[in-house]
Amino acid sequence: MSLTSRELWTVLHGLVFGSLFLLAFAGGLAGLYSLRPEWVTAAGIRERMTRLLAGTWVMALVAWLTVLSGTFFVYPWYRANSPDSPRSVLLANPGTKLWHNFGMEWKEHVGWFAPVLATAVAFTVAYYGPQLARESKMRRALVWLFVFAFAAAGIAGLFGAFLNKVAPIR
Amino acid sequence: MAAQMQSSKPTGPGAAAVVAAGIGVFMIGLMTSLAETSAGLRSALTWYNPSGPLSGKIGVAVVVWLLAWVILHAAWKSKNVEFGRAFSWALTLVILGFLLTFPPVFLLFAR
Repeated sequence: MSLTSRELWTVLHGLVFGSLFLLAFAGGLAGLYSLRPEWVTAAGIRERMTRLLAGTWVMALVAWLTVLSGTFFVYPWYRANSPDSPRSVLLANPGTKLWHNFGMEWKEHVGWFAPVLATAVAFTVAYYGPQLARESKMRRALVWLFVFAFAAAGIAGLFGAFLNKVAPIR
Repeated sequence: MAAQMQSSKPTGPGAAAVVAAGIGVFMIGLMTSLAETSAGLRSALTWYNPSGPLSGKIGVAVVVWLLAWVILHAAWKSKNVEFGRAFSWALTLVILGFLLTFPPVFLLFAR
Protein backbone atom coordinates (compact mmCIF):
# COMPACT_ATOMS: atom_id res chain seq x y z
CA MET A 1 0.00 0.00 0.00
CA SER A 2 2.24 2.78 -1.24
CA LEU A 3 2.06 5.70 -3.63
CA THR A 4 4.82 7.43 -5.56
CA SER A 5 5.09 11.19 -5.09
CA ARG A 6 3.75 11.61 -8.64
CA GLU A 7 0.71 9.48 -7.86
CA LEU A 8 0.18 11.44 -4.67
CA TRP A 9 0.26 14.77 -6.54
CA THR A 10 -2.14 13.36 -9.13
CA VAL A 11 -4.55 12.31 -6.38
CA LEU A 12 -4.25 15.72 -4.69
CA HIS A 13 -4.78 17.55 -8.00
CA GLY A 14 -7.72 15.53 -9.20
CA LEU A 15 -9.42 13.92 -6.25
CA VAL A 16 -8.77 16.03 -3.14
CA PHE A 17 -8.95 19.49 -4.70
CA GLY A 18 -11.63 18.32 -7.13
CA SER A 19 -13.89 17.03 -4.34
CA LEU A 20 -13.46 20.22 -2.32
CA PHE A 21 -14.32 22.23 -5.43
CA LEU A 22 -17.53 20.25 -5.94
CA LEU A 23 -18.50 20.68 -2.31
CA ALA A 24 -17.85 24.43 -2.37
CA PHE A 25 -19.74 24.75 -5.67
CA ALA A 26 -22.85 23.07 -4.28
CA GLY A 27 -22.87 25.29 -1.19
CA GLY A 28 -22.09 28.46 -3.14
CA LEU A 29 -24.73 27.81 -5.80
CA ALA A 30 -27.45 27.08 -3.26
CA GLY A 31 -26.46 30.17 -1.28
CA LEU A 32 -26.46 32.47 -4.32
CA TYR A 33 -29.71 31.11 -5.72
CA SER A 34 -31.62 31.44 -2.48
CA LEU A 35 -30.29 34.89 -1.52
CA ARG A 36 -33.57 36.70 -2.13
CA PRO A 37 -35.28 39.18 0.19
CA GLU A 38 -38.67 37.57 -0.50
CA TRP A 39 -37.39 34.19 0.72
CA VAL A 40 -35.29 35.04 3.76
CA THR A 41 -35.33 37.55 6.59
CA ALA A 42 -32.57 40.12 7.20
CA ALA A 43 -31.11 37.83 9.87
CA GLY A 44 -31.32 34.90 7.43
CA ILE A 45 -29.45 36.89 4.77
CA ARG A 46 -26.70 37.76 7.27
CA GLU A 47 -26.38 34.10 8.27
CA ARG A 48 -26.25 32.99 4.61
CA MET A 49 -23.64 35.61 3.71
CA THR A 50 -21.05 33.99 5.98
CA ARG A 51 -21.55 30.61 4.33
CA LEU A 52 -21.72 32.13 0.88
CA LEU A 53 -18.48 34.03 1.39
CA ALA A 54 -16.74 30.92 2.69
CA GLY A 55 -18.13 28.77 -0.13
CA THR A 56 -17.18 31.13 -2.95
CA TRP A 57 -13.68 31.88 -1.63
CA VAL A 58 -12.99 28.18 -0.94
CA MET A 59 -14.13 27.39 -4.49
CA ALA A 60 -11.85 30.08 -5.95
CA LEU A 61 -8.86 29.06 -3.82
CA VAL A 62 -9.28 25.36 -4.57
CA ALA A 63 -9.67 26.12 -8.30
CA TRP A 64 -6.35 27.99 -8.25
CA LEU A 65 -4.64 25.16 -6.34
CA THR A 66 -6.02 22.64 -8.83
CA VAL A 67 -4.86 24.42 -12.00
CA LEU A 68 -1.49 25.45 -10.56
CA SER A 69 -0.68 21.95 -9.31
CA GLY A 70 -1.96 20.51 -12.58
CA THR A 71 -0.05 22.84 -14.89
CA PHE A 72 3.24 22.99 -13.00
CA PHE A 73 3.50 19.56 -11.32
CA VAL A 74 1.32 16.93 -12.97
CA TYR A 75 1.30 18.14 -16.59
CA PRO A 76 5.13 18.13 -16.97
CA TRP A 77 5.13 14.44 -15.96
CA TYR A 78 2.32 13.74 -18.40
CA ARG A 79 4.09 15.40 -21.35
CA ALA A 80 7.68 14.35 -20.51
CA ASN A 81 9.81 13.67 -23.55
CA SER A 82 10.26 9.96 -22.86
CA PRO A 83 8.69 6.93 -24.55
CA ASP A 84 6.91 5.85 -21.37
CA SER A 85 5.28 9.19 -20.51
CA PRO A 86 1.45 9.07 -20.68
CA ARG A 87 1.45 11.46 -23.67
CA SER A 88 3.93 9.32 -25.62
CA VAL A 89 2.02 6.14 -24.76
CA LEU A 90 -1.29 7.62 -25.94
CA LEU A 91 0.14 9.05 -29.17
CA ALA A 92 1.97 5.83 -30.04
CA ASN A 93 -1.29 3.94 -30.45
CA PRO A 94 -3.87 5.04 -33.07
CA GLY A 95 -6.59 3.66 -30.80
CA THR A 96 -5.67 5.98 -27.91
CA LYS A 97 -4.36 9.04 -29.81
CA LEU A 98 -7.67 10.86 -29.50
CA TRP A 99 -7.42 10.78 -25.70
CA HIS A 100 -4.51 13.18 -26.04
CA ASN A 101 -5.52 15.11 -29.16
CA PHE A 102 -9.03 15.78 -27.90
CA GLY A 103 -9.23 14.99 -24.17
CA MET A 104 -5.94 16.37 -22.90
CA GLU A 105 -5.84 19.29 -25.32
CA TRP A 106 -9.27 20.44 -24.15
CA LYS A 107 -8.70 19.71 -20.47
CA GLU A 108 -5.41 21.57 -20.12
CA HIS A 109 -6.93 24.82 -21.42
CA VAL A 110 -10.57 24.80 -20.32
CA GLY A 111 -9.70 23.97 -16.71
CA TRP A 112 -8.17 27.43 -16.35
CA PHE A 113 -11.60 29.06 -16.81
CA ALA A 114 -12.66 27.85 -13.35
CA PRO A 115 -10.34 29.97 -11.15
CA VAL A 116 -10.86 33.11 -13.24
CA LEU A 117 -14.66 32.84 -13.07
CA ALA A 118 -14.74 31.68 -9.44
CA THR A 119 -12.50 34.58 -8.36
CA ALA A 120 -14.84 37.10 -10.03
CA VAL A 121 -17.81 35.54 -8.18
CA ALA A 122 -16.01 35.47 -4.82
CA PHE A 123 -14.88 39.10 -5.18
CA THR A 124 -18.38 40.29 -6.09
CA VAL A 125 -19.98 38.41 -3.18
CA ALA A 126 -17.40 39.89 -0.78
CA TYR A 127 -17.72 43.40 -2.21
CA TYR A 128 -21.53 43.68 -2.14
CA GLY A 129 -22.39 41.46 0.80
CA PRO A 130 -26.10 41.56 1.76
CA GLN A 131 -26.80 44.11 -1.02
CA LEU A 132 -26.64 41.15 -3.42
CA ALA A 133 -30.04 40.04 -2.13
CA ARG A 134 -31.55 43.16 -3.75
CA GLU A 135 -29.46 43.00 -6.95
CA SER A 136 -31.32 40.30 -8.88
CA LYS A 137 -29.49 40.87 -12.19
CA MET A 138 -26.12 40.71 -10.49
CA ARG A 139 -27.08 37.61 -8.56
CA ARG A 140 -28.29 35.86 -11.73
CA ALA A 141 -25.05 36.78 -13.51
CA LEU A 142 -23.00 35.34 -10.65
CA VAL A 143 -25.04 32.12 -10.71
CA TRP A 144 -24.25 31.76 -14.43
CA LEU A 145 -20.53 32.46 -13.95
CA PHE A 146 -20.51 29.92 -11.13
CA VAL A 147 -22.16 27.34 -13.41
CA PHE A 148 -19.64 28.04 -16.20
CA ALA A 149 -16.78 27.64 -13.71
CA PHE A 150 -18.26 24.32 -12.65
CA ALA A 151 -18.76 23.19 -16.26
CA ALA A 152 -15.14 24.02 -17.11
CA ALA A 153 -13.87 22.19 -14.04
CA GLY A 154 -16.21 19.30 -14.81
CA ILE A 155 -14.83 18.88 -18.35
CA ALA A 156 -11.25 19.05 -17.05
CA GLY A 157 -11.98 16.69 -14.17
CA LEU A 158 -13.83 14.13 -16.27
CA PHE A 159 -11.09 13.93 -18.90
CA GLY A 160 -8.47 13.90 -16.17
CA ALA A 161 -10.10 10.85 -14.59
CA PHE A 162 -10.36 9.02 -17.94
CA LEU A 163 -6.81 9.93 -18.99
CA ASN A 164 -5.42 8.71 -15.70
CA LYS A 165 -7.24 5.44 -16.28
CA VAL A 166 -6.02 4.97 -19.88
CA ALA A 167 -2.45 6.21 -19.30
CA PRO A 168 -1.73 6.74 -15.61
CA ILE A 169 1.07 8.91 -14.27
CA ARG A 170 3.47 6.72 -12.30
CA MET B 1 -28.31 45.28 9.62
CA ALA B 2 -31.25 47.29 8.30
CA ALA B 3 -28.91 50.18 7.47
CA GLN B 4 -26.47 47.80 5.84
CA MET B 5 -29.30 46.31 3.77
CA GLN B 6 -30.38 49.71 2.48
CA SER B 7 -27.01 51.33 1.64
CA SER B 8 -26.18 50.73 -2.02
CA LYS B 9 -22.78 50.42 -3.57
CA PRO B 10 -22.63 51.28 -7.30
CA THR B 11 -22.84 48.32 -9.67
CA GLY B 12 -19.64 49.33 -11.55
CA PRO B 13 -17.13 47.27 -9.52
CA GLY B 14 -19.31 44.13 -9.88
CA ALA B 15 -19.69 44.73 -13.61
CA ALA B 16 -15.92 45.26 -13.88
CA ALA B 17 -15.24 41.89 -12.18
CA VAL B 18 -17.72 40.07 -14.41
CA VAL B 19 -16.59 41.64 -17.71
CA ALA B 20 -12.91 41.19 -16.79
CA ALA B 21 -13.57 37.49 -16.08
CA GLY B 22 -15.14 37.23 -19.55
CA ILE B 23 -12.03 38.88 -21.02
CA GLY B 24 -9.81 36.44 -19.10
CA VAL B 25 -11.71 33.41 -20.37
CA PHE B 26 -11.73 34.76 -23.92
CA MET B 27 -7.97 35.39 -23.73
CA ILE B 28 -7.33 31.77 -22.70
CA GLY B 29 -9.27 30.70 -25.80
CA LEU B 30 -7.58 33.25 -28.04
CA MET B 31 -4.07 32.28 -26.89
CA THR B 32 -4.93 28.58 -27.34
CA SER B 33 -5.97 29.20 -30.97
CA LEU B 34 -3.19 31.70 -31.74
CA ALA B 35 -0.53 29.29 -30.48
CA GLU B 36 -1.63 26.86 -33.19
CA THR B 37 -0.82 29.37 -35.94
CA SER B 38 2.98 29.28 -35.62
CA ALA B 39 5.75 27.21 -34.11
CA GLY B 40 7.62 30.47 -33.36
CA LEU B 41 4.76 31.73 -31.20
CA ARG B 42 4.52 28.38 -29.39
CA SER B 43 8.21 28.63 -28.66
CA ALA B 44 7.86 32.25 -27.43
CA LEU B 45 5.03 31.13 -25.15
CA THR B 46 7.16 28.44 -23.54
CA TRP B 47 7.87 30.41 -20.36
CA TYR B 48 8.43 27.30 -18.27
CA ASN B 49 9.94 24.48 -20.27
CA PRO B 50 8.43 21.45 -18.44
CA SER B 51 4.90 22.79 -19.05
CA GLY B 52 5.60 23.93 -22.61
CA PRO B 53 3.57 26.67 -24.34
CA LEU B 54 0.68 26.19 -21.89
CA SER B 55 2.67 28.24 -19.35
CA GLY B 56 2.82 31.29 -21.66
CA LYS B 57 -0.72 30.98 -23.01
CA ILE B 58 -2.06 31.02 -19.46
CA GLY B 59 0.47 33.62 -18.34
CA VAL B 60 -0.58 36.09 -21.03
CA ALA B 61 -4.28 35.45 -20.37
CA VAL B 62 -3.94 35.93 -16.60
CA VAL B 63 -1.97 39.18 -17.02
CA VAL B 64 -4.55 40.56 -19.50
CA TRP B 65 -7.41 39.49 -17.19
CA LEU B 66 -5.89 41.25 -14.16
CA LEU B 67 -5.03 44.38 -16.18
CA ALA B 68 -8.55 44.52 -17.64
CA TRP B 69 -10.00 44.13 -14.14
CA VAL B 70 -7.86 46.94 -12.68
CA ILE B 71 -8.67 49.30 -15.59
CA LEU B 72 -12.42 48.55 -15.62
CA HIS B 73 -12.62 48.78 -11.83
CA ALA B 74 -10.91 52.20 -11.87
CA ALA B 75 -13.19 53.42 -14.66
CA TRP B 76 -16.46 52.14 -13.16
CA LYS B 77 -15.84 52.19 -9.39
CA SER B 78 -18.31 54.97 -8.66
CA LYS B 79 -20.69 54.38 -11.59
CA ASN B 80 -23.92 52.48 -11.85
CA VAL B 81 -23.30 50.34 -14.90
CA GLU B 82 -26.26 48.55 -16.53
CA PHE B 83 -25.53 45.08 -15.20
CA GLY B 84 -27.57 43.14 -17.74
CA ARG B 85 -25.55 44.67 -20.56
CA ALA B 86 -22.23 44.01 -18.80
CA PHE B 87 -23.25 40.41 -18.28
CA SER B 88 -24.23 40.03 -21.96
CA TRP B 89 -20.68 41.06 -22.89
CA ALA B 90 -19.20 38.68 -20.35
CA LEU B 91 -21.45 35.84 -21.54
CA THR B 92 -20.44 36.39 -25.17
CA LEU B 93 -16.75 36.39 -24.22
CA VAL B 94 -17.13 33.24 -22.09
CA ILE B 95 -18.90 31.37 -24.92
CA LEU B 96 -16.20 32.47 -27.38
CA GLY B 97 -13.58 31.31 -24.88
CA PHE B 98 -15.21 27.87 -24.67
CA LEU B 99 -15.35 27.66 -28.48
CA LEU B 100 -11.72 28.68 -28.94
CA THR B 101 -10.46 26.05 -26.48
CA PHE B 102 -12.53 23.28 -28.10
CA PRO B 103 -9.96 21.16 -30.00
CA PRO B 104 -11.96 20.75 -33.27
CA VAL B 105 -12.17 24.58 -33.39
CA PHE B 106 -8.64 25.61 -32.39
CA LEU B 107 -7.09 22.88 -34.55
CA LEU B 108 -8.59 24.70 -37.57
CA PHE B 109 -5.82 27.26 -36.97
CA ALA B 110 -3.06 24.61 -36.84
CA ARG B 111 -0.06 25.05 -39.12
